[in-house]
Amino acid sequence: MAGLAASFGSGAMTNDIKGMKDSDVALIIGSDTSEAHPVISARIKQAVKEGRTKLIVIDPKKIKMADFAEIYACQRPGTDVAVLNGMMHLILKNGWEDKEFIVNRVDPESFEALKKEVENFTPEYVEKISGIPAETLEKIAELFGKAKVAALYYAMGITQHTTGVDNVKSTANLQMLCGNMGVPGGGVNPLRGQSNVQGACDMGGLPNVYTAYQQVSNADTQAKMEKFWNVQLSNKVGKPMTVAFDDAYEGKMKAFFIMGENPMISDPDLHHAEEALKKLDFLVVEDIFLTETAKLADVVLPATTYAEKEGTFTNTERRVQKLDPAVKAPGSAKHDWEIHQMIANKMGLSWNYQNAEEIFNEMASVTPSYAGMSYERIGRMGLHWPCPTKDHPGTPVLHAGKFTKGLGTMFAIPFRAPAEMPDEEYPTYLTTGRILQHFHTGTMSRKSQGLNNLAGPHVMISVEDAERMGVGNSEQVKVTTRRGSITTKAFVTKRIPKGTAYVPFHFWEAPANILTNNALDPVAKIPEYKVCACKLERA
Amino acid sequence: MKITINGRTIEAKEGQTILQAALANGMYIPHLCYHDKVGAAGKCRACVVEVEGMRGLQTSCSVQLRDGMVITTDSETVRNAQKLVIDLMLSSGTHDCLACEQNGNCELQDAAYFLGIERPSVQYGEINREFDTSSEFIYVERNKCISCGRCVAACNNTVVNQVLDFGHRGHHTEIVFDTDIPMGDSTCVQCGECSQMCPVGAIVDKNAIGKGRIWEFKKVETVCPYCGVGCKLELHIDERTNKIVKVKGVEDSPTNNGMLCVKGRYGFDFVAHPERLTTPLIKENGQFREASWEEAIELVASKFKALKDEFGPDSFMGLASAKVTNEENYTFQKLMRTAIRTNNVDHCARL
Repeated sequence: MAGLAASFGSGAMTNDIKGMKDSDVALIIGSDTSEAHPVISARIKQAVKEGRTKLIVIDPKKIKMADFAEIYACQRPGTDVAVLNGMMHLILKNGWEDKEFIVNRVDPESFEALKKEVENFTPEYVEKISGIPAETLEKIAELFGKAKVAALYYAMGITQHTTGVDNVKSTANLQMLCGNMGVPGGGVNPLRGQSNVQGACDMGGLPNVYTAYQQVSNADTQAKMEKFWNVQLSNKVGKPMTVAFDDAYEGKMKAFFIMGENPMISDPDLHHAEEALKKLDFLVVEDIFLTETAKLADVVLPATTYAEKEGTFTNTERRVQKLDPAVKAPGSAKHDWEIHQMIANKMGLSWNYQNAEEIFNEMASVTPSYAGMSYERIGRMGLHWPCPTKDHPGTPVLHAGKFTKGLGTMFAIPFRAPAEMPDEEYPTYLTTGRILQHFHTGTMSRKSQGLNNLAGPHVMISVEDAERMGVGNSEQVKVTTRRGSITTKAFVTKRIPKGTAYVPFHFWEAPANILTNNALDPVAKIPEYKVCACKLERA
Repeated sequence: MKITINGRTIEAKEGQTILQAALANGMYIPHLCYHDKVGAAGKCRACVVEVEGMRGLQTSCSVQLRDGMVITTDSETVRNAQKLVIDLMLSSGTHDCLACEQNGNCELQDAAYFLGIERPSVQYGEINREFDTSSEFIYVERNKCISCGRCVAACNNTVVNQVLDFGHRGHHTEIVFDTDIPMGDSTCVQCGECSQMCPVGAIVDKNAIGKGRIWEFKKVETVCPYCGVGCKLELHIDERTNKIVKVKGVEDSPTNNGMLCVKGRYGFDFVAHPERLTTPLIKENGQFREASWEEAIELVASKFKALKDEFGPDSFMGLASAKVTNEENYTFQKLMRTAIRTNNVDHCARL
């Protein structure tokens, strides 16, 4: 998000789902789309099958989408900047860039800087770094560079790196270079992984911004919000979660209030996270189950699920959609907003919301990109933000004609290797992610016996590594990193290249995040879940 | 353009078929293989009509409208032809409605009702194809299959999972998974699109079997709680038990066009799970005990105030949630910023 905001002035998926059929070429890099975003993968597969779109897939794992691809390239984990720079090198060398777009829409100095940087990224050099054969990269660059409209899709495979922001900026560079911005079927499309992750960001669930990315450090914004809420506010940028855990570990934090999150499964280096939470004076968890995190709490407050709530979610394409209550909450469980209201009032404030709609209307009145929305306008089909006025139709495609920030900025991005690379002691790349049958920390999906029957904890390993260890399918393998080790079933597959292991992170029985490295991207503070070094042993 | 159906002149759109125009104007023509999403197949022939100037009966699902077209859907010839088609379909399988999951939601039943067919006039010999119960979430009863091909089209062209197809020949034609292996052993990802598209009771959601009939449920549209695609769901609720019985994708939703994945369609057990938290819990001597809301909120507020006074607002961290609503993320950050006075608010967008 930080990356796209720097490039375009807005850090969200630029295009909409409906327009996915309008791409001549689609590039998927760092998204296991059919596992993590199955319905979007169906849209892309439809476009490929109908002959509208040619697909390129670049991923260390030969994901299912690769079966639909015109070109599939297997890259080493953590080499995205080199690959994207290599594509841009070839596009510039052959004159496939969109010259008109660059002149009209891109800061010229930034373009010169990019040009100079990618000069070094010859296909041969990129092959050395990424393992993608030079001629494959040439084919990719040609297909992508010559396309009339090309879309780029990514997910956590681009962002969960110590170079996450660099990776994102590189995707933005490429799409500006090819003039694929602001048009249906184009765009930089980060696929958001949770039902309301976009909304949680939009609503100011971030340390540096109020709703709609209004900076807490901006004096005018602060004054506006102080007047609106009638309290004095802090202008000090807050701590990102990953930093707060480090501080808690050092005893510098006293209280955590956690709503509907389970960092005891989702955080990097779980031993560290557990120690951090145990050092707090007071931990309050608001959730629907006694999660791994809730077990550590001093007070647990029972909340409601999606099926019991009224409210809105904002999906990956910025479409705000309505939730309506279908069942009654069990026992005395309350809506999260009701709990917040009780705490606020007990602490001396006077909140008086009667329902979710009142909260939405208050929020919209102080949130420019939601200002034109109401429950009535959202209706059955939803509305895309920005929707600034009551008669605005919403914005399915961002940056048409002009970037949010004016001219787009390209960035010269040198290649940096991941924080931890395989070595003699830990010779194998470890990468983590999702599988279709489960979701995130499993709080919801693991309660389904059927989903549990379909998929349990495992480590995906290559046929070569399995043969070397003498391990067959479903036999036990021990995966060890510098942080810890887990023992789980082997899933031997041709989709994983030799020297790489893949562990889904949903399972408390074999938590991937015992293993992962908590090295962070310096700007976005995102942990490097997609690359670290491990060793595999027969257990 | 203007066309006439059964003497009524109606305004129709360019590119529409006879069936589409009729349905759009509230005129029912029996049809089984056609569905808006998978398009015309021209297979079942239940939708035949008469068109002035065209020889013989025409399948209304496949004939594109022309200006001034005059169409008859209710003549004796048409009705007899439609009856014969539906009659033969009813004879070709075990279409017994009594315990069928699709009773009240079955398009073959609708057609039979419309045409006034009480019993099929031809009785086939013993029909005894195997039931396929091997899949975790989907139940297949080929005895009820009318070979309309909707599931095959949906699997191949809509969700493009390419698992379902027709196998064998002639009278033995049936739907098969991959190389005619049990569904549970196939490469099926159990998105359930086939079940949503099936017009009869041949492919149904296993976890809804025996839980009640369609008309008994309250239907509520909402949004899937899993990934960020935001698929629109139609929840079927049994109000007597306060439980979700079935989930369908909303067909006219621009986000998902009725499609769902295995989690969104079948992974709703957590809502009514016995381990749901039902009351606040307070930890004492390392053990949780149940508490009233008054006591729990009092404790939280007083502890928050004391810690804030002693260590300052920035000794707090609030984790908002990517799984709760906009409204509740708004109140959460407002609470952290106005009651605690810290900007230490974040959520797991990065994780």
